[in-house]
Amino acid sequence: MAKKFLSGNEAFAEGIRLAKPLVISAYPITPQTTVVERLSEMVADGSLKSEFIHVESEHSALSCAIGASAVGARTFTATSSQGLLYMAECLTYAAGGRFPIVMMNANRSTALPWNIYGDQRDSISQLDSGWIQAYAENAQESLDLALMSYYIAENIKVSTPFMTNLDGFVLTHTYEVVDVPDEEQADAFLPPFKTDNKIDFDNPKNMAFSAGPEQNTVFKYNEHMGIMNAKDVIKEAEKKFADIFGREYTGLIETYNTEDADYIIITLGSVAGLVKEAADRLREDGVKAGVIRIRYLRPFPNEETAEAVKNAKGVAVLEKDISFGNEGTVYTNVNSALRKNNVNIPTSNYIGGLGGKNISCREIENIYRNLENNIYGIHFLGIGEQ
Amino acid sequence: MKPYLRDKIPEIPDAPSYEAGYLVTENAGWRSEKPVVCPEKCTGCLQCYLYCPDGVISKDKENNKVKVDYDFCKGCGICRRVCPFGAIEMEAE
Repeated sequence: MAKKFLSGNEAFAEGIRLAKPLVISAYPITPQTTVVERLSEMVADGSLKSEFIHVESEHSALSCAIGASAVGARTFTATSSQGLLYMAECLTYAAGGRFPIVMMNANRSTALPWNIYGDQRDSISQLDSGWIQAYAENAQESLDLALMSYYIAENIKVSTPFMTNLDGFVLTHTYEVVDVPDEEQADAFLPPFKTDNKIDFDNPKNMAFSAGPEQNTVFKYNEHMGIMNAKDVIKEAEKKFADIFGREYTGLIETYNTEDADYIIITLGSVAGLVKEAADRLREDGVKAGVIRIRYLRPFPNEETAEAVKNAKGVAVLEKDISFGNEGTVYTNVNSALRKNNVNIPTSNYIGGLGGKNISCREIENIYRNLENNIYGIHFLGIGEQ
Repeated sequence: MKPYLRDKIPEIPDAPSYEAGYLVTENAGWRSEKPVVCPEKCTGCLQCYLYCPDGVISKDKENNKVKVDYDFCKGCGICRRVCPFGAIEMEAE
């Protein structure tokens, strides 16, 4: 193990180097981020023996990854923002074809107005595409998710592509000290990719075929169950990860002082660090504040979230997303989770950080104060009085 | 090469892939008329094969005449129109 000073992108690239994908396909220009730049350097200097394919678009990047995965190769791609949207057609091909491709997405805003800064509207708009979606809080978790993502995606019961999301700029471009595991440790954690779902001269298959109305629902059900099976495999991966690397993760959600909390903010991504800071300040003032950080949006932590908030007096969902004409999509998902589990407590939605707008500690403290004062509703942070 | 079995896949796999040689689905449900080849008139010239938009016409090795794959034929009737010998008639389903 070595300690290195890395950005989120570089930490993820280190994780991918250790996972040894045979094929990396990526579009190298805007809105791409430095993760593939680092990987291309690793391929060039021989520290990663991988086929690096420069393609002419994100649509081609994922198409290429699907082709590589369909011959049984461990495969990586990365994108961001409009690039992810340009990939959208191929996202469902990868998921429906059950190809366990790993992608890093730098969470960045979508046009218009044109903006290159962070928010989560790109990936959240693709929640229904059939990919596992994880959200990292810091650079260390980014590296660790890069390794764990292959373990989870390639499990035969899961066989589902995996998108890890890093907040644009706030996480992708800021530097932290990161533990980089040894190659031997990584090899002990991650077995080589083996699949029967591949083009093979010795065992010819009819690949990626069509299925009419009669059988289609069964395929979609199987696809759904693949993601649902990831719940157990995530636990298994995190246990093995902790045994080998000594770092522990907590499954679909991370809870912070929720056991006795009256007021809980549910959020995701790197802003969770600031929310924990705000919760600590309120605890000093005698407010029982807690935090839930959603680590996986798919599979969604329905029972886990409901269980963690069931004794609270009020819940707010803070997210960098808006589903125009309704509310934040994470909020929709959380409310459904509470309803299904008969947890009837008031909830609020705070939409913030759009297009990179800073979310301040004071704004988060105000969210807790609003819960305390019974002020509920759907609020936008940072636009003044509404 | 293994023969094309034309059996339906016996079970639904997890991914849309299955051992080669099986038929996954048929696609001819909206056909209202089907082309029927008259073997006496057919010369096996393959004009219909060239024009068929669905690629469902092939030559029958037994008698050197053309045959139609009714699992996929949509009944468009182009084969009847282009046949120089009037060897194809459309029959109501």
